[in-house]
Amino acid sequence: MHTSRREFLKGATTGGVALSVLGFDLTAAMAQVRELKIARTTETRSTCPYCSVSCGVIIHTLGDRSRNVTPTVVHVEGDPDHPINQGTLCPKGITLKQNIVNDRRLTKVLYRAPGTRAWQERPWDWAVDRIARLVKDARDRDLIERDARGRAINALTSVGVIGGCTDTNEINYLLVKAFRAGLGVIPIEQQSRI
Amino acid sequence: MAATLNIVRVSASPPAAGIRSEPTIAKLVDTSTCIGCKACEVACQEWNDLPPETTVQMGTYQTMPDMTSNVWNLIRFSEHDTDDGFHWLMRKDQCMHCAEPGCLIACPAPGAIVQYANGIVDFHQDACIGCGYCMTGCPFNVPKFAEKTRRVYKCTMCVDRVAVGLQPACVKACPTSCLQFGTKDAMLQAANRRVEQLKENGFPQAAVYDPPGVGGTSVVTVLAFGDRPELYGLPASPVVPRAVLFWKGALKGIGNLAIAGGVLAAAVHFIRYGRKQKAP
Repeated sequence: MHTSRREFLKGATTGGVALSVLGFDLTAAMAQVRELKIARTTETRSTCPYCSVSCGVIIHTLGDRSRNVTPTVVHVEGDPDHPINQGTLCPKGITLKQNIVNDRRLTKVLYRAPGTRAWQERPWDWAVDRIARLVKDARDRDLIERDARGRAINALTSVGVIGGCTDTNEINYLLVKAFRAGLGVIPIEQQSRI
Repeated sequence: MAATLNIVRVSASPPAAGIRSEPTIAKLVDTSTCIGCKACEVACQEWNDLPPETTVQMGTYQTMPDMTSNVWNLIRFSEHDTDDGFHWLMRKDQCMHCAEPGCLIACPAPGAIVQYANGIVDFHQDACIGCGYCMTGCPFNVPKFAEKTRRVYKCTMCVDRVAVGLQPACVKACPTSCLQFGTKDAMLQAANRRVEQLKENGFPQAAVYDPPGVGGTSVVTVLAFGDRPELYGLPASPVVPRAVLFWKGALKGIGNLAIAGGVLAAAVHFIRYGRKQKAP
């Protein structure tokens, strides 16, 4: 079919007017409300590790914990049932996801030998063995069995134990039982809040 | 979910199908209890998975001079020195979700901006053509253009959370309860209670900021210096720009008349004189 310039312009104008007056129906293209990204994530309760206020958080992970799913943290927000923060979080706590899902997070043991600058990678077993060795040596060397008046005290002050703010009451109980009752360590510090 | 039943207005489209009457929701921003911790800013970035934006040191604690297409929520810090002392004013800058949204009125892209029955005004970037008219229509200078995607972005009032009955992420995070969430009525009541408290405590000019020029907003703000919202960087009496109203209102009718008149004149001409005569 041969179309002259004049006919083309006519057709285009009529079509354009018809479209603009009658309009498109874009109802189908009109987006629905965005989907809730945590609709079916697994919710795990935890405690914010940053300061000693120990706010409760809910960690949302991908999947429903079925066997073939590797859970990955996709969102963290405050736990509304937690008596301390009642769902709120501070600007640092609300970034917790970045604390967990982070390329720069340490996942291996790094060891810096005394007097050196460089960090060396070491296996976990090596680290546990070395810690045990040093604690044993320190205890054998420094344990004070009796005070000046001859009373049994079994105090070890050259080893310290630091607990974290996410440690629960039960963990802290074990901490004290293992280190103070067991080894005689005096300097034990933790935040017994939760 | 039949989302269209919740939609009361759509940009560049005929009146929407929304027949459901839901309670209008609102966010209360009590600027007098804000401590400027910016938990709301971070909560917004985290919930909406927005990439971090480089911060700008501007001599205050403010994160950056203005919101961007990646930063939909910015706490503005301003210092106010009066005879009775120094006041450090903080205000949450975000989309106000106006009842008469200038952005929606100005938008020429069908479906790019919708207003839900609960009061939320949301941008649907898949229908956005990136013209930026919404930015000229907004009296609060909120929508921001992204060079990367050539679309415009702003606070959604966490429409995905609100749709399933949750509160916006910023409100949930706020440690001082300066941000609150509920129906508009409940938030106005809370705001008025707070204003009474402020008036009794040395701020006689305290007021609720719910500007009638844009039909009221779904972000209700309590200002200790309510007589001068400009101290907080808020317009005193915001309205949808007259040019936008004329262009999208009267001018549209005139334009349609002109098109119809042109067609009519062509038809009359055709009937009267017939086809174009070949030149002799």
